[in-house]
Amino acid sequence: MSLVLVGTSHRLAPVELRELVALDEKGAAEVARTLAAGGWEAVCLSTCNRTELYLAADDAEAAEERAATVLRELPVLYRLHDHAAALHLFRVAAGLDSLVPGEGEILGQVRKAAEIGSPGRLLDRLFRDAVHAGRRVRSQTAISESPASISSAAAALAQQVFGDLAGRKVLVIGAGKISEQAARNLVSRGAAISAVANRSVPRGEELAGRFGARAVPVEAAQDELVEADVVVSSTSAAGFVLEQSGVQTTLGARRGRPLFLIDLAVPRDLDPSIHDLPGCYLYDIDDLQAVVAESLAGRRTEAARAEEIVADEAERFRAWQASLDVVPAIASLRARAEEIRAAELARARLGGLSEQDRRAVESLTSQIVSKLLHLPTVRMKEAAAGADGGVYADVVRDLFGLEDDAGSNRLPRQ
Amino acid sequence: MAEALFWATLAAYAVAAVAYVRTGRVGTWGVRLGWLAQTALLGVQVAEANGFPWATWSGSLNLFVWLVVGAYLIWGCKPRYRLLGLAVMPLATVLLAVSYAGGGTTGETSGYSTLFLVAHVGLVLAAFAGFTLAAALSVLYLWQERRLKRHEARILRVRVPPLVTLDDLAGRTIAIALPALTLGILAGLIRLGSHGGGFDALMAVTIVTWAVYGVFLLLRYEAGWHGRKAAYLLLAGFALVIAVRLGLPTVHFS
Repeated sequence: MSLVLVGTSHRLAPVELRELVALDEKGAAEVARTLAAGGWEAVCLSTCNRTELYLAADDAEAAEERAATVLRELPVLYRLHDHAAALHLFRVAAGLDSLVPGEGEILGQVRKAAEIGSPGRLLDRLFRDAVHAGRRVRSQTAISESPASISSAAAALAQQVFGDLAGRKVLVIGAGKISEQAARNLVSRGAAISAVANRSVPRGEELAGRFGARAVPVEAAQDELVEADVVVSSTSAAGFVLEQSGVQTTLGARRGRPLFLIDLAVPRDLDPSIHDLPGCYLYDIDDLQAVVAESLAGRRTEAARAEEIVADEAERFRAWQASLDVVPAIASLRARAEEIRAAELARARLGGLSEQDRRAVESLTSQIVSKLLHLPTVRMKEAAAGADGGVYADVVRDLFGLEDDAGSNRLPRQ
Repeated sequence: MAEALFWATLAAYAVAAVAYVRTGRVGTWGVRLGWLAQTALLGVQVAEANGFPWATWSGSLNLFVWLVVGAYLIWGCKPRYRLLGLAVMPLATVLLAVSYAGGGTTGETSGYSTLFLVAHVGLVLAAFAGFTLAAALSVLYLWQERRLKRHEARILRVRVPPLVTLDDLAGRTIAIALPALTLGILAGLIRLGSHGGGFDALMAVTIVTWAVYGVFLLLRYEAGWHGRKAAYLLLAGFALVIAVRLGLPTVHFS
């Protein structure tokens, strides 16, 4: 049985083409069911960046054509087989084929695709191995840890100070989109927005309402510092919203608790000398951009290590897939030998022997059969790990006149 | 037997000290295996000695290293604390070698009662082990804080425990170690009262050390001392611990 992949992704197709073949969960499940009705295994992986059909079929050509038809014969389809198809899925699961290398969402999408699809033995193993490869990459490399945006870098830096952000209070200064995006990133990591300070209080109330926070006038921002752990500021004010002297007056009441300040505004909202105060860490947009640039460079380094892991896992899958050819042949060979041994023992009329002698003869013949078959079995298993596994299996079937599920349609029995 | 166990321990600690530079996993296993070997070494010393085998200066150093590495194993042996191992394990390796050079791994006993020595030496050394770990945490804190203050672009590349965690752990370690030191000093003073003897320089520095850590806890819980100032105070206290452990040993143990 061969593995076939037909699909398209952000690497080849612009969104105008991708949306033509994009499927929601229900649609992906339906496509997989329809394809599986033809006796194939089928899984459809459809995300905003890719739509891919994975099929396991005896007739790879027919499967490929059918999959291409489902994907509207787009001119940007890629068609991969067996090892190349498996390697591709493993890279996808590891986030190596994503827009942002190492992003974590794709792993869940790969797992879900297998759950709602119609996999059989081959695709089930393929997708389980892909998820395993994705997990290995994430646990053994730092590819997914580096932030890829300004707001996620700010949140990651806050975690360098506080660790878990659960229960940490965030003061948001300014109610614009940039402040909101940074605040959302902090909230997604467990922090709570305590207050939104804005020049226009009604607009501040609107944003505060979305986070269950209080709205205060921007002039009151300094008073909120006593309780805050993190400050996010992005206003269009011409001067500083917070001065060093103002922050310094709150330090006594903070009793040594660190304060992390994120200034996303240009011109800057926060007096840079706040950073010189003990326990205060102020990062402006340039500082954050430098962290993001460095972190993306780090992702590329980690990606090289991730590629090695993925190649290793894909090779293991290839060996397993190859063993599918030889395992039934080995089982048939052993069954055939045992059948002959039993028949010959029956013909030998051992009734005259004592029970002890009869057992000795049975044991002796068993050992002869086992020893004779040991080397061919080992050689076939070794061959399965290489490219010749199927050939060895076919030759053994042919030489010994074997019939098994995997090989019944390969060579005619003589 | 003790000789073989000593070398196994030293080798494992040395491997850990070097391995922490690159891979935490090898370092962690070095610490674990080394600590088990040293535990066996201490067991052999107890079995062979007639009384408390770590009463000498070098012997107490052996026990001290075991306590430091044991305390580190409890919560420091995590991937994120790899850099802490980089501070603790070279120190443990060197101190163990010093202990060996002084004959501290052979099990020489003294004329003091075992109960007194367990209470006095055991508690004081356990406290010093805690102070050592707190100092290592403070070094890590100051390093990480400096990186944040310098806006280092590569700051997210190296996994370091968060500042607040390092500060909390150092404070909690002192909160446990200081009572142990208090009891250890009390045991020594009670014996001094009942058996007589002179008040030496090591006793004086130990009491000053106790006072420094006492002030640390007072400032921390009463005046909210955290962060850089607290870390510097812990390092000052540790300088006294070093003086007690290495600088003034012969006065007290002779």
